[in-house]
Amino acid sequence: MKTHITVNGEGHERDVEPRMLLSDYLRHELGLTGTNVGCEHGVCGSCTVLLDGEPVRSCTMLAVQGAGRRVTTVEGLATESDLHPLQEAFSACHGLQCGFCTPGMLMTLLPVYNKGERLSDEEIREAISGNLCRCTGYQQIVESAHKALDHAAALVEGGEDTAAD
Amino acid sequence: MKPPPFDYAVASDLNEAFALLEADEDAKVIAGGQSLIPLLSLRFASPTLLVDISRIRELRAIRCVGETLSIGALARHSDIETDAAVATYAPLLAAAATWVAHPQIRNRGTFGGAIAHSDSAAEFPAVLLAMGATIVTRSSAGERRTAARDFFGSHFQTSLQHGELVTAVEVPGGDAGTRWGFSEFARRKGDYAIGGAAVHARVDASGTCVAASAGLIAAGPGPTPADDLDLELVGRRVTEDDARRAVDRATQGLTPESNVHGSSEFRRAVIGESLRRALHQAFGLPTVDFRRTSA
Repeated sequence: MKTHITVNGEGHERDVEPRMLLSDYLRHELGLTGTNVGCEHGVCGSCTVLLDGEPVRSCTMLAVQGAGRRVTTVEGLATESDLHPLQEAFSACHGLQCGFCTPGMLMTLLPVYNKGERLSDEEIREAISGNLCRCTGYQQIVESAHKALDHAAALVEGGEDTAAD
Repeated sequence: MKPPPFDYAVASDLNEAFALLEADEDAKVIAGGQSLIPLLSLRFASPTLLVDISRIRELRAIRCVGETLSIGALARHSDIETDAAVATYAPLLAAAATWVAHPQIRNRGTFGGAIAHSDSAAEFPAVLLAMGATIVTRSSAGERRTAARDFFGSHFQTSLQHGELVTAVEVPGGDAGTRWGFSEFARRKGDYAIGGAAVHARVDASGTCVAASAGLIAAGPGPTPADDLDLELVGRRVTEDDARRAVDRATQGLTPESNVHGSSEFRRAVIGESLRRALHQAFGLPTVDFRRTSA
């Protein structure tokens, strides 16, 4: 089935089987392997991407359902030269060990970052409640989120845009 | 962990959806797909055709019709969570929405989908039982309205016929006399409940309970109304003792299945405690919040 999806700002037209999951479409059709596939039935959150700016699980959506819509993956975050501030924060605060959950964590937190608001520990934990991490115990992930959100809030207070999506 | 092959068609309006469904008795409806796609991936379901109704705009609206709040089948869980009319007229639904799965799932999953799926462990069916909601369905034969109590059956069954869709749900709008409470327990917030309860009640100007009902979560083979709850509550200014007696009456006959999360006895105790906490919240008795105690 001919399906047109915009991924990280670039339009792609592919003939896909209706049963193809969006996660497989991103990884196998487009070669965007930054989106990790963990449980593949909507539990672990590692495959989270943005659909029209909102976090969704790409393993729990058919590629054909994405027709005409806008998807952002972790590959859409960094530029050639610079990591995204969320990625910088995860690096600085040791918000990952094995890194498997990281793309999902980043994409889940991206809309929160883009709002430019500081959140409490509890609100951050609620935001990432659908993402499992087996390494960090979440403490450093929460710290990373705080660091990134402080940065975003400072940008907003300084009259700058938080960015991309 | 990959879905079996199926055909896929996007319905642009209801009549097209009816025609597609009627032409194939093994066709299934898909909207958000947050329950269906895992079922396909786990190969618990193998439809020949998926009819995607998610682009039928008329099914998205949330609006007040007189004293009733009408919620379109394609309203997403995240819409229920944030909609101003839901917060004002059906705060129990808005509160329950925050317990439905995780934020990423709430951004895709639809209200009508959750109702048609009729999962015993889901929040919305229990809330609709408590609120005495009406499920509006349509097929090529016309529209039907079914009381929530008559709509939900056991083991994911409903009164829906093949070729018939949930189009909207109508809930009675609350007023100053409306009281509600919601409580649920899961290993991880957002995972399927081990047990839970939604309470909807009315009090008169003196604070005396004039109506009370509840839906129980993960309490049986289907969404479960709490029978005879009102016998211990109506006509009283509800006390902690009344709430405890109502819980005993509503849970004594329950036999939830033993599973990996606990024995039937344990799960009945969790459901009872959830109901007690929801009643406490509804009637302004001392409350305990699971989320705060477990954090």
